Amino acid sequence: MTIISGKKREKIDRLAELAAREDERGVSLWQDAFRRLRRNPAAIVGAVILAIFVLVAIFGPFFVPYGPKDTMGIREGVVKVGQGLIPGPSSEHWLGYDHQGRDVFSRMIIGARQTLLVGVVATLIGLALGALIGGVAGAAAGLGGRWGRMVDATLMRFIDMLLALPSLLLAVSIAALLGPSLITVMIAVGMVSVPIFARLLRGSMIVQSNKEYVLASTSLGVSKSRIALAHVLPNSLAPVIVQATLTLATAIIEAAALSYLGLGNPDSSVPEWGVMLADAQPWLGIRPALAIYPAVAIIITALGFTLLGEAMREALDPKLRK
Amino acid sequence: MTDSDILVEVRDLKVHFPIKRGVLFDRTVGHVKAVDGVDLRIARGKTYGLVGESGCGKSTLGRALLQLNPPTAGQVSFDGVELTTLAPNKLRAMRKRMQMIFQDPMSSLDPRQNIESILTEGLQTHGIGGSREERRKIISETLDKVGLPRWALSRYPHEFSGGQRQRIGIARALVLGPELIVADEPVSALDVSIQAQVVNLLDELQDSLGLTYLVIAHDLAVVRHISDTVGVMYLGALVEEAPGDRLYTEPLHPYTRALMSAVPVPDPDVEDRRERILLAGDLPSPANPPAGCRFHTRCPWAQPTRCADERPVLREIGESRVACHFAERIASGELRPHKVSVEIVRPAGEGEEPDTVSAPSEPGSFV
Repeated sequence: MTIISGKKREKIDRLAELAAREDERGVSLWQDAFRRLRRNPAAIVGAVILAIFVLVAIFGPFFVPYGPKDTMGIREGVVKVGQGLIPGPSSEHWLGYDHQGRDVFSRMIIGARQTLLVGVVATLIGLALGALIGGVAGAAAGLGGRWGRMVDATLMRFIDMLLALPSLLLAVSIAALLGPSLITVMIAVGMVSVPIFARLLRGSMIVQSNKEYVLASTSLGVSKSRIALAHVLPNSLAPVIVQATLTLATAIIEAAALSYLGLGNPDSSVPEWGVMLADAQPWLGIRPALAIYPAVAIIITALGFTLLGEAMREALDPKLRK
Repeated sequence: MTDSDILVEVRDLKVHFPIKRGVLFDRTVGHVKAVDGVDLRIARGKTYGLVGESGCGKSTLGRALLQLNPPTAGQVSFDGVELTTLAPNKLRAMRKRMQMIFQDPMSSLDPRQNIESILTEGLQTHGIGGSREERRKIISETLDKVGLPRWALSRYPHEFSGGQRQRIGIARALVLGPELIVADEPVSALDVSIQAQVVNLLDELQDSLGLTYLVIAHDLAVVRHISDTVGVMYLGALVEEAPGDRLYTEPLHPYTRALMSAVPVPDPDVEDRRERILLAGDLPSPANPPAGCRFHTRCPWAQPTRCADERPVLREIGESRVACHFAERIASGELRPHKVSVEIVRPAGEGEEPDTVSAPSEPGSFV
């Protein structure tokens, strides 16, 4: 009797288990990665930093106390550069004046928008161009047979040429070629990251092309272009997305470097953290804080992107999945 | 066997992979002869088991049969249609009649596709089942056949156990209603308890659907259990082919004898007393196979000089086909095994000079 009831209980339990599973939907790899991302403290810190940065960049300029080009300090006679007089923080001007008597706090907030814009657009340029070249090369090399490998070899020689130049030198040459402007900085910084994205996506796609599920799809009769787009590409994107997040950080730093070298927006009255850093240089002896503010802002933002990017790398790594 | 009973006929199939060297320009320095002249026929509704040690070319043969690796030479005819010369789009249409089951059920399933999408892909490709409902019906029936629950449809491969994943792989192959299934080591990645389930499932499916199998495995017991005919491969070629049990009770080729003597007997007394043939040396490099009989470098029965000079062809002895010059004299006990001195295998790459066969394109070598 007990044996029978025991078996019965087992059966009911199993049914209950099946019923419970039935309405639960499957968890895709992206959902799984996002779940793990939420549990990673580094990801949370990075995300909070970036959320603040993005909010400030978008909404900050509507609430700034003073105009970014308003040289009120000189007008009011508080700032006298000749006498080395650049006042520091006060209750009205939270971060003090700069050498032209402008409110540093307002300029920092408006500069955040410029910096975000440069970083995002530069990364998107690099991502779009790099992913296009890398995707075509990867698909051709992985699935295209002999002709595909020739296409791949040609594209990669072009990428190798870009890669052979030191990134800052490449950016400086592009900026010099196009003339200094904010758009030049975006293009220059974007071009520097093209080979990284291209090689990354190509390599990732070649690895995926040799996986058995590609062979399985081939044996189902699925066409090569569909295999490339529906199977190989989606499985190759994870490292590219991680790289894009990390590139945002370097793009902001590189854009600042180009602006610092005077290849950015020639109108230096439009605030941008890199330009502010460059402008502060002559006054380092009098008021080093003028350089420290934008420098710290750049470092914290880059840190936020890096933290999030590294956390994403961990979350998307299939080897670390439990 | 009459011709109409034959579903697949392979004639003198060769798959050679070029070995490439060079920094700027690829130079072919030799060929890995993964499959080097294989003839076999698979009867409709039967199971052909292919065994051999790792690297003997059995997987390559299976893939070449399905035209997943382009063959270097030879013919594969499937139900009277020559596959090696078929136009690509016609070949793609043919693929629904011949499917493959893979060794590793994890890597052979796209991790980003849920099960429904995995099973629908083939149907969409071949335009089977017009509407979504119709396709769902076909998929549900297939899930029932392989013993998977319906809720599997919305789930992803990583949420299943190894045995269930292999069932998904089988379902993917079955959903198109194929006639031939090439199963490449279908159970070797699974636990022993699950192996039996999957092997029995394959058996049941063959009975109910009239499938023809080519089962590639290195596990002799698994092959014996499901095969009607068993072929033994050594270094890219068949050395012996015999009806299932006969190969196990009466192996004729020296290599098969050695293989069979490696199977342990579940009786300690017999196990202690039975004769065991230990092969000396390693498998020779397929880039530089021995001349004459491929096996003569390791064969305890090798006779001077015929074995080293003349490559034996498959010839019929009773119900078996054997590629050995002295099979009868070995079977009668006239020839006794002798000691074999180990020959050093040349490292891969130090192959022969490139010959004239055209190089098939093979992923893996990139500039």
